[in-house]
Amino acid sequence: MIEARGLTKRFGDVLAVDGLSFDVLPGRVTGFLGPNGSGKSTTMRMAMGLDSPTAGDVTVAGRRYHDLPWPLREVGGLLEANAIHPGRSARSHLRALALSNAIDRHRVDEVLELVGLTAVAGKRVGKYSLGMAQRLGIAAALLGDPPVLLFDEPVNGLDPEGIRWVRTLCRGLAAEGRTVFISSHLMAEMALTADHLVVIGKGRLIAEMPVAEFVARSSSQSVRVRTPAPERLAQALGPAKAIVVPQPDGSMTVTGMVAADIGDLAAALGIAVHELTPVASLEDAFMELTNDAVEFRGVS
Amino acid sequence: MTAIPTSLAPLAVSSPTGRAGLADAVRSEWAKFWSVRSTGWSLAVTALAVVGICVLATSTGHDLVPDPTRRSLVGFFLGQLTIGVLGVLVMSAEYGTGSIRSTLTAMPRRPVVLGAKVVVFGAVALVASELLAFAAFFIGQALLSGSGRNHAALGDPGVLRAVVGAGLYLAVLGLLALGLATLIRHTAGAIATYAGIVLVLPIIVGALPTGLDNAISRYLPANIGLTMISTGGGHLLSAPVFSPWTGFAILAAYAVAVLAAGCFLLVRRDA
Repeated sequence: MIEARGLTKRFGDVLAVDGLSFDVLPGRVTGFLGPNGSGKSTTMRMAMGLDSPTAGDVTVAGRRYHDLPWPLREVGGLLEANAIHPGRSARSHLRALALSNAIDRHRVDEVLELVGLTAVAGKRVGKYSLGMAQRLGIAAALLGDPPVLLFDEPVNGLDPEGIRWVRTLCRGLAAEGRTVFISSHLMAEMALTADHLVVIGKGRLIAEMPVAEFVARSSSQSVRVRTPAPERLAQALGPAKAIVVPQPDGSMTVTGMVAADIGDLAAALGIAVHELTPVASLEDAFMELTNDAVEFRGVS
Repeated sequence: MTAIPTSLAPLAVSSPTGRAGLADAVRSEWAKFWSVRSTGWSLAVTALAVVGICVLATSTGHDLVPDPTRRSLVGFFLGQLTIGVLGVLVMSAEYGTGSIRSTLTAMPRRPVVLGAKVVVFGAVALVASELLAFAAFFIGQALLSGSGRNHAALGDPGVLRAVVGAGLYLAVLGLLALGLATLIRHTAGAIATYAGIVLVLPIIVGALPTGLDNAISRYLPANIGLTMISTGGGHLLSAPVFSPWTGFAILAAYAVAVLAAGCFLLVRRDA
């Protein structure tokens, strides 16, 4: 379990994390969501004892990271995949970490096997792709069989297969009763992986709730519509103040009208409708909630 | 890569009692030290510098050699640069590559991390430097006597102290470099500062008026080194010097002070 209480971090004039309090409970995957620059990584780094809080506290299993007797056996952290000397092999990197926490050297081969790096374990890490480095980072996190896992953007640089693997792994780790805390700016990925969400913006807590509830609270539900006459329907929907966005697959997404009204309108005009699916995306809910809390925004 | 497992057997052995300490950190740092190429390269180049310059300095000429021991050890003034680079890299490479984050999450008590680096690098630097000092001495004396010139024996007055002193000098300078890298955290900046202290500072001080030069120059690491590798304790310098062991104590104090300042900042700064 991870507990943050009034966690605050100031860098000069910038308040990166501002009085953040939340709990990350065991047995489920908790997603840590926020736009870029919202303070996710800083929070993760404070939890791992790399940055010290300006005020407040974050504890893992009831202790500050600094006070954990065997840190790698209690917390597995993945913070930026490049936290590895490029001149060292994956096996050497993991062996050195294992030695620091009195972990048996056989464990190194086990985690290498688990992340699929056995064949390249003797290669210098500098020659690894971002995806391989990310897998090595996950191997390091699992080295000490820790009950708590903190992954900062674990699917960064991974191919679709790798993303699916991380998702399955995280769900598996949570099912074993571990505390799994993953940060991401990919809402769609979080919708598939996480059970619970901690959402922050500008360093402040915006929401802490189950994923399903987060999505349900979103007011901007949209409807996926498939019709052989998309242009006619779009024209008819325009005056009804609905926003119509054509999709690459030929369907269109309509926001601002419920499915029943769209169906009625199409029927009145004699337009055939092949699909009418209400969709509520985590992405939309997220955008809506963090709209005021985006640090940097392009001019549109 | 379709059959990658997604679950893992638990650790066979549960957590030992106590907590991860200096012994664990030393084992880890030892493995890290020998698993990068820069270690072997730096040590090889140091050996080449010390022995190579010794051969050059003792195999040519037919003059009377004022201090044959020192003549065979002059390569240490180039060796101090390469051992310094290794000392810097032991810490600065962690920041340059980002691996400091892995290191500090495995061992969050930062003074223990620095202590382990001092133990590992200090031990290797001391053993390597002493081996090189004795190797350079014996090779140099053999070459001097081979060309029929005056040479020293280990039992002659001050000789053993100068040879052992040469090794100590190099090892302590390496630790000074490690301390500078802990303070500065950048490879280039730390190497530049280190080279400035051991090479440039003597030139600047030498250009000062005699009174100032005489007051300051005995405190410079390079001049302390010269007294340490000379059998006569540096009587060849124009300015007054400390005795070899007093000089060594001052040099060691520099290294301790810089390492202590580095440790203080290592604990205080975000990684």
